[in-house]
Amino acid sequence: MASVSRMTRFAVIAASVAVVAAACGGSSDDDKKGGSGDAGALSGRGPITLATGKDTSGNMQNLVNTWNQQHPKEQARIIELPEDADAQRQQMVQNAQTKSNAYSVLNLDVVWTAEFAANQWIAQLPKDQFDLTKFLPAATKTGEYRNNLYAAPWKTDAGLLYYNKDLLDKAGIKEAPKTWAEMQQDCAKVKGAKCYAGQFEKYEGLTVNFSEAVASAGGVVVDDSGKPNVNTPQAKQGLDFLVNGFKNGMIPKEAISYKEEESRRAFEKGDLVFYRQWPYAYALSSKEGDSKVVDKFGVAPLPGLNGPGAPTLGGHNLAISKFAPNKATALDFIKYLTSEQTERANLIASSEAPTLAALYDDAELQKKFPYLTTLKASLLNAKPRPQAVRYGDVTAAIQEAAYSALTGKATSDKALADLQNKLGQLITS
Amino acid sequence: MTAISTTKAKPTGRREFSAGKALSYLGMAVVAIYCLAPFYWMVVSAFRRPQDQFDNSPIPAPFSVKNFGAVFKPGVGFGRALVNSLVVAGATTLLTLVVGTFTAYALARLDFKFKNIVLGIIVATSMFPTISLIVPLLHLFTNIGWINSYQAMIIPDLSFVLPLAVWNLNAFFRQMPFELEYAAMVDGCTRGQAFRKIIVPLAAPGVFTTAIIAFIAAWNEFMIALTMVNKKEMQTATVSISKFTGAYGFDQPFGTQMAAGVLVTVPLVIVVLLLQRRIIAGLTAGGVK
Amino acid sequence: MTTTTAEPGTVAPVKQKNKSDVQGSGRLAAVLLSPTFLVLALVVGYPIIDALRESMYQRSNGLDANGFVVKGDKFVGLKNYTDILTGDASHAFWNAFYNTTFFTVVGVLIETILGVAMALVMHQAFRGRGFVRASILVPWAIPTAVSALLWRWVFQADGVANAMIGHQVLWTTEGFHAKVAVLIADTWKTAPFVGLLVLAGLQLIPAEVYEAAKVDGAGTWYTFRKITLPLIKPVLLVAVLFRLLDVLRFFDLPFVLIGAHKDSVETLSMLAYDEASNLRYGPAAAYATILFVYVAVVAYAFVKLLGADIIGEARSRKKTAAKRAKKGPRAAREATA
Repeated sequence: MASVSRMTRFAVIAASVAVVAAACGGSSDDDKKGGSGDAGALSGRGPITLATGKDTSGNMQNLVNTWNQQHPKEQARIIELPEDADAQRQQMVQNAQTKSNAYSVLNLDVVWTAEFAANQWIAQLPKDQFDLTKFLPAATKTGEYRNNLYAAPWKTDAGLLYYNKDLLDKAGIKEAPKTWAEMQQDCAKVKGAKCYAGQFEKYEGLTVNFSEAVASAGGVVVDDSGKPNVNTPQAKQGLDFLVNGFKNGMIPKEAISYKEEESRRAFEKGDLVFYRQWPYAYALSSKEGDSKVVDKFGVAPLPGLNGPGAPTLGGHNLAISKFAPNKATALDFIKYLTSEQTERANLIASSEAPTLAALYDDAELQKKFPYLTTLKASLLNAKPRPQAVRYGDVTAAIQEAAYSALTGKATSDKALADLQNKLGQLITS
Repeated sequence: MTAISTTKAKPTGRREFSAGKALSYLGMAVVAIYCLAPFYWMVVSAFRRPQDQFDNSPIPAPFSVKNFGAVFKPGVGFGRALVNSLVVAGATTLLTLVVGTFTAYALARLDFKFKNIVLGIIVATSMFPTISLIVPLLHLFTNIGWINSYQAMIIPDLSFVLPLAVWNLNAFFRQMPFELEYAAMVDGCTRGQAFRKIIVPLAAPGVFTTAIIAFIAAWNEFMIALTMVNKKEMQTATVSISKFTGAYGFDQPFGTQMAAGVLVTVPLVIVVLLLQRRIIAGLTAGGVK
Repeated sequence: MTTTTAEPGTVAPVKQKNKSDVQGSGRLAAVLLSPTFLVLALVVGYPIIDALRESMYQRSNGLDANGFVVKGDKFVGLKNYTDILTGDASHAFWNAFYNTTFFTVVGVLIETILGVAMALVMHQAFRGRGFVRASILVPWAIPTAVSALLWRWVFQADGVANAMIGHQVLWTTEGFHAKVAVLIADTWKTAPFVGLLVLAGLQLIPAEVYEAAKVDGAGTWYTFRKITLPLIKPVLLVAVLFRLLDVLRFFDLPFVLIGAHKDSVETLSMLAYDEASNLRYGPAAAYATILFVYVAVVAYAFVKLLGADIIGEARSRKKTAAKRAKKGPRAAREATA
């Protein structure tokens, strides 16, 4: 073990010398060409690192160990980043700012792709070397920037409607609601619990919940061509669903301080009939302990204004740092991680949603994860968040607008008009 | 030492004695509760089962050490992280004391030009927002190959504690009776000896207070340690805590984090208490008059 | 340690007993000061100069035909500063400026009072003193990252704080309660710091001073105000000064406890952080520089107004030291007190 790590270190040093030389020689060329990294540039073999947050199940290490057994000369090492997503991004950005070769493969949140690609911190991936038809189309899109692939879809995520079966049974309701109106009618029949919650604290989760509400009413935040178009009647109907929810008590007022965990807590206490949550909570709510809803809850696609809603897409993609040596190894490593075998193993171990469509239809897996069918339906309907180079500013603007509308600081009309204005400045430039 | 403190503790007259005493006991109780109640919550949260982490009951039921087990899970490397923290905080403290004592002594005891400017410059370095120091330092340390080294954490830590150490020691040194130092020099001590044998023992409360401050500041430092190190074997305890994760997705491992917090805090309190004794002991040893 | 402390003696041997403080001490001082300055120049000086330069530049944020960010910084002079102070961002700036000042004034005031009270308690002789000492130091010993999390859970909608007051306050939402939550968590954590420094100062007060006061029939409050306080003043001022410096740069507690982009608690450091994390390094450096200047002004005013003992007195005391040789400085100070 010790000798391996010493060898690795030596190799890293050797490789880094090479890369410094290469970077110095090549950088001016790069700039002249506008830095279009064509896929052939992914060369070099040797040890690599994977910079990633939260190895929640510990399974990432298993996957890496398997890889290392098969590739003794191209060992991979995990660099764990903090649990907090913003801190992960910050570490990766700092790494790119210093052109450090410490990170080879980056585990990027889906919303970071545009920023990392536009700043040329990650290398373009060869589309033809991935069988993109096998992946969920929406997930693949999150790895693209200007129609080029920069990050391979690895894990995906979409909001689901969790419902308290017990409460609905008592009220004689058999089916999960498909529209907001149905949901409110159902709630009227249930006694002793608040109707609905999501994540409305002023953070990324609010962007997700706001986008979901807007999309579920048929609106968009940015349209397919990337232009902001949020000051529309549809978007207003979506936002008003939440604003009125807070006003008329459908949503409990403390939900304004909810992140994922706070909302899970309220649901598990039996305080909520419905709530919007990621799939991760399924396993946790099924565990004996604090959860009072073990075996008493179910999941369904999110409801919308006139039919099923449109969840917002989450998840993580794998990219190669532009400043890393051994990019060829890194590419192989990404192919390995996104292979069907690995994604299946990862799903079983971590219950994180895979990006390969076929796994959702696997009978064995469906038995183990009963929500897979629902999740696939949601994923096929899911919408990405704006793919903006200045995503940090974009999401801050969305949060500002949504938060001020939800807290009554601004009317929905004004909030959306301001947001449209702000997004116009942020996205065109 | 008790004798000395007892005489100090009774500045009031006899008649006020019992009322005053009752009042001060009440004060102590209030202070202790104020300080300990949130810590108690931390301990309680640490001893809950992970699935009970949302509980609000004042006593964990059922009691569980699962969170502590999770802290020391083999893959986490928390033991190693504690050692790293000890190395970084220990080295920072020692260096701060040595360097800070020199500087504070010079400022307190020597007469030279621009003294106020020197004091001003030293304190000014504590005025720049820490978060804005990170990126330039990362550039610098990357260029000189210090990433993943102890010095990349120790040297920046020094910059945080040195100004305070210098100012604090300076305040103490200036309260020392010079005459003792002169007397020792008349008796044939060099300045160095006089400093070591007379001033340092007398200034012990200040020196040990500075040591405690330096140690805690370095022990708790997070941003620098996070940025300058990307190898698990080199990370400190606070960085390690930030990387704890729950079992799934957004599941925040509050219990594990609190357990680790307790594990990080308790040794520190013990160290502080040991050093604290020296504060009093230093006084009695130096109280030659 | 032993060998190093002996060095001063060898560098400048003492020849005369009284004049030795003046003669040749410039060189000795330079030797003794240089390690501190070396470290500070490397770790603080360099980044500050870098930030000053950076604050005059702006990163272009246009995209080229391929969608790549156009590289290169552009010199903009003082534009980053004027934008912050008078441009679109000025609202956020002045709000953060107000918050920072509010936290500093209120927070440091509470911490000082609490800290002195804690020191007085720790200084007393009583049974269970060790326990009280330990308990006072606990909050300060907990890493900020952990204690901020702890408070976040305490202040949750259905957290233990609301359970105890029996009323639901949404602490982390906008409003004055968010400031209160930050202040509670901050004073809890940092009052012990003041307490510890003041305790060390209390240890230097000789028992005879109190004895004398008792003989004169002075009351508790009178003794504290007229004897204890003046004698701990130098140490207390250092403690307060460094608390000021810290709170003015307040960042992690409001960030973790309440969250980013909340007007109620956003501080200047948080603005600088936000700019930097959105890759606007120029404005970020400008915020940092403005904050630096603000801190420097506050610290300078503080030392000038209250801190004669810390700096100004140093010289004058030296000169009169010889005159009061017999009585000793303690007695001399006692007389003036």
